[in-house]
This record gives sequence, C-alpha cells and structure tokens, in this order.
Amino acid sequence: MSFATILGLGQTALELGLINSLVVLSLFLSYSMLNVCDLSTDGCFTLGAAVGAMVAIAGYPYLSLPAAVCAGMCSGFVTAVLQTRMGVDSLLAGIVVNTGLYSVNIAIMGGKSLVNLNKVPTVFSMLKDVLKPTALKGLETLIVALLAVAIVVVFLSWFLRTRLGLSIRATGNNPDMVRSSSINPIMTTTVGLTISNGFTALSGCLLAQSQKSADINIGSGMLTVALASLLIGGVFFGRRRIPVRAIGAVIGAFLFRLVYTIALRFNMPSFMLKATSSVIVILAMFIPYLKRQYPNFCRRLEARKGGR
Amino acid sequence: MLILEQVNKTFSPGTLDEKHALKDVSLHVKPGDFISIIGANGAGKSTLFNAVCGVFYTDTGRIILGGKDITMTPDFKRAKVIGHLFQDPMRGSAPDMSIEENLALAAGKGGWLSRVSRADRAQFRDRLALLGMGLEDRMDHRVGLLSGGQRQALTLLMATYNVPKVLLLDEHTAALDPGTAEKVLNLTKSIVEENHITCMMITHNMQSALELGNRTIMMDQGRIIYDVQGEERSKLTIHDLTEKFRQASGRALDNDRMLLGVDE
Repeated sequence: MSFATILGLGQTALELGLINSLVVLSLFLSYSMLNVCDLSTDGCFTLGAAVGAMVAIAGYPYLSLPAAVCAGMCSGFVTAVLQTRMGVDSLLAGIVVNTGLYSVNIAIMGGKSLVNLNKVPTVFSMLKDVLKPTALKGLETLIVALLAVAIVVVFLSWFLRTRLGLSIRATGNNPDMVRSSSINPIMTTTVGLTISNGFTALSGCLLAQSQKSADINIGSGMLTVALASLLIGGVFFGRRRIPVRAIGAVIGAFLFRLVYTIALRFNMPSFMLKATSSVIVILAMFIPYLKRQYPNFCRRLEARKGGR
Repeated sequence: MLILEQVNKTFSPGTLDEKHALKDVSLHVKPGDFISIIGANGAGKSTLFNAVCGVFYTDTGRIILGGKDITMTPDFKRAKVIGHLFQDPMRGSAPDMSIEENLALAAGKGGWLSRVSRADRAQFRDRLALLGMGLEDRMDHRVGLLSGGQRQALTLLMATYNVPKVLLLDEHTAALDPGTAEKVLNLTKSIVEENHITCMMITHNMQSALELGNRTIMMDQGRIIYDVQGEERSKLTIHDLTEKFRQASGRALDNDRMLLGVDE
C-alpha cells in the first residue's frame, strides 16, 4: 500500500468522520446532556439529506444547509412536544416520529426513494471550483465539514455554559432540581431536542451533497453509529469540561471511521459497518457493567467452591 | 403569609389503594412563623408540603401564598417563592454539575443566554463561605463528590439564595449523622433568622419539635389534630405531646413508628 493511498484513506475517514460527528454532537446534547435517547435520529438524518438535496436541485446550494437545519429542528420540536405535552413515552415518541418521517422524506424527494445530485451544483462542487487553482485543491469536503463541525463545537461550548444551557444539563441530571430552580423542564427538553435535531439534519444534508445522492436509507443505523462514536469519545474525555468533551465526541467519530476504513482495507465487507457499530455500543455499555459485577462474580464463585 | 383553606387530596380515588391523604386541612401561617410538624408515618405531613409546593393539585380547597391564590399554579412557578428541602440530600442538586453551576441555576439571574459573571462568582463564594465547610474553594468540583452533609448544606443555600416566602423542611437532617445533622440544623436556624424566612419543618424528633420555632402542629391520618403556640407551648413536655396525641386521635402513640428521638 503506497503512502498516497494511506493518506487518501485517512482523508476519507476524516471527511466522513467529521460529517458524522455532527450527529455525534447532536447525541452529545440529547443523550449525554438531556438524558433523552432520541430514536428519531435516523429519520431526521434522512430528512436533512432529502431537504438539502431538493433545495440544491431547486438551484440554491447554499440555502440547502439552513433549510436542512430548520427541517431537522421542526422534527426535533415534534419529538419533544410528543413526549412533554402529549403523554407519549420518550422512546416511543422518537420511534413514532422516525416512522412518520419515512413517508415525509419520500414525499419531499418527490415520491422517489433516490435523488441524484450528479449534475447539480452543491456546496462542495461550488467550493471545488473556487479551490481548483489554489493549494487546497481537492480538500473542499474536508473544509466544509471542518467548518460546520467547528461552528457546532464552538456553539455548544458557549451554549452549555449559558443559563439555558445549564438548565438543559440539569434537566438530564436532576429534573427535580430544575423545577425547584423555577425552570420548566418541559421547556428545556423542547429547546434541547430542537437544537440537537438541527445538527443531525445538517449532517445528513452534508453527507448527501458530498456523495452526490440522497436515498431513503441514508440514515438507517445512524443512531447506533453515532452512539458508538460518542461512547468511544467518552472513554477518553468522559469527565472533562464541556468543550473538551465535545471535541472528544468529534475525535470519537473520526476514530470510529478510521477503524472502519482500515477494516475495509482488510477485506471486511462494507455491509458490516452497522454490525460493527452495534458491537461497539454493546461493548461500551457492557464493559463498565462487567467491571462492577466482576468482583462479586469472583466472590460468588469462591463461595460456591468453599461453601460446599 | 401562607393560608390553606379546607384542602383535600385523595390518591388513587375509586381503587383499592384509595387514600384520603389530606382531610379538610386548614392552616394559617403568619409571617415569620417557624412551625414544627410532627406525626406518625403516613399522617400526611409530606403530602401537606407537596400540596403547598404543587407536586400535585389538590382536589378541593384553596392555597394562598403572600395574598396570591396559587392553588392551580404549576410547581416550577411556585418554586420561585417556595424553598423545599427533602430528607434525601441528593434530591436538591445536580450531581454531574459543579457547585458554581448549581448555584448559578438557583440564583437564576440574568437572561437565558447570560453566563456566570465574575461578580456572580464572587457572590457565590461569599455565600458558600457562610456555610463554613470550605466549599468556597471547591466551586468547580462536581457536586456528586460532596458528602451528604455538604450537599444538604448546599441545597439549603440554593433553596434560600433568593429569599423564599416560605421554606419547607421535610426532615432535612434525618439522613445525616448526628454531628452533621446538628451543624446543618444550626445553619438552617441562622439562615432562617437572618432573612426572617417563614418556615415549616417536619421532624420526628419531639425534642427539637418543641425547642425549635414558635409553633408546633401535630398531624394524624390526614388531619391537623393539634396546633399549639405561645405560652401553652412553652410549658409543653414530650410526655404532654404523647398524651395530647392519645386524646386527639383516640389511640396510643406508636412510639416505634414515630421514631422518637427522646433523650431521657
């Protein structure tokens, strides 16, 4: 394997890692901070891809990004209202929205399950033309993704230290305390989920435009993949300050992609991506559990040996 | 200050578990009152506090605080003027956030997008120093790292940071060791006296029920069965209290269930 190939692989992993890390940051807000497992993530990712693709096809490549973010925020708002104001269980609210989004996404893509962006100007193709004569040639995906991630990380680092951000963190930590601080946890949950879904949709929009197509299954399994990345990042930066943890989430996404890319080189079939992410999530949950249980397990074994 | 008029609450009505937890409870708390509340387990003491805080809406009756009818006001809005401490020291603060961040939420100053300013930090530090636990030098530590006593003291500070109209203490020292409990109780007394906070305290310790405050209420089976203050209260002994209980409720006070902390 030549050096250029390795570099190329590294760049692809970095690009895809960065784009995916937006979903990881979304989960960082909803799952780590708000303690809500948002199962509408897959559908919301596809929603972002669909909206982004259609707006780009309509001839507004730059507008496609804010449009996707807005669509995602609407979806997050619905998920939040279902679980805070309409008595739907939190997990169920996500599942219901996810299912509903399938139809919504196909409707947005004009009744088709695949939209091609080959001959359509996207943020990436526009930037590609700009960068062609410069030294940054061929790095347009990386630059856009990096910029998006940087904005989101800076935003989160600032936001989670404001009073509203603190309330959102406390809601996931101790809702009773939020109420006794005269803050309505319904409001904080709604704001948190709305924002986090905006990031998810942005990620979907960027992925669709970078791979020049949006299909209805683009987001399937995204929640597990992102959760795996989040947990990998948490291993290294779990108890640090908020900005460090946010960057940790991004690094986790990159590491996950890197391992996956390397595995592909060693002839792992590409359809194994989702199984890999499932296994990582399971391990990330199981290992701490095992650490707690193992001493007791040993003692029980000893008691059984000696006791008889 | 705080007025309850004919308040009733029944849990799980129409089922086998039906419990009439508050029966025609009327109470008039005057500004500056420090009321100790005693009664056996299940007498309705905590339910009374929860009704005042808005954990649930009462079935009938009115609750008026500071001249405003709050009967149907949601709990988080009432929290602005009501402080509530529980037996469990973990309930009042967010463990994964720092002391400073917890205080920032309790202080609730500034707009939604404002951050903790240097002035805020200095004020937090001064207030923490009053607790005498050295917490002012650990403002960036996670609250989860504090001991139960430190956490309860912090919760007390948070609940009284913006002086509430009424402070409800639900056995807030019962889970602490005797030394720490005394320390937290003394802190409570000094904060309440300094800010002239109207206060209600549930206790299972008859001794402190009579020593603390200016008024004592006894509850049984969802009713207030005895309400004493002034001269009559100052002459009261623990023995008299148990006797009163027998007279009012028609049965002997079950000492074990009341967990009396009687020093004899």
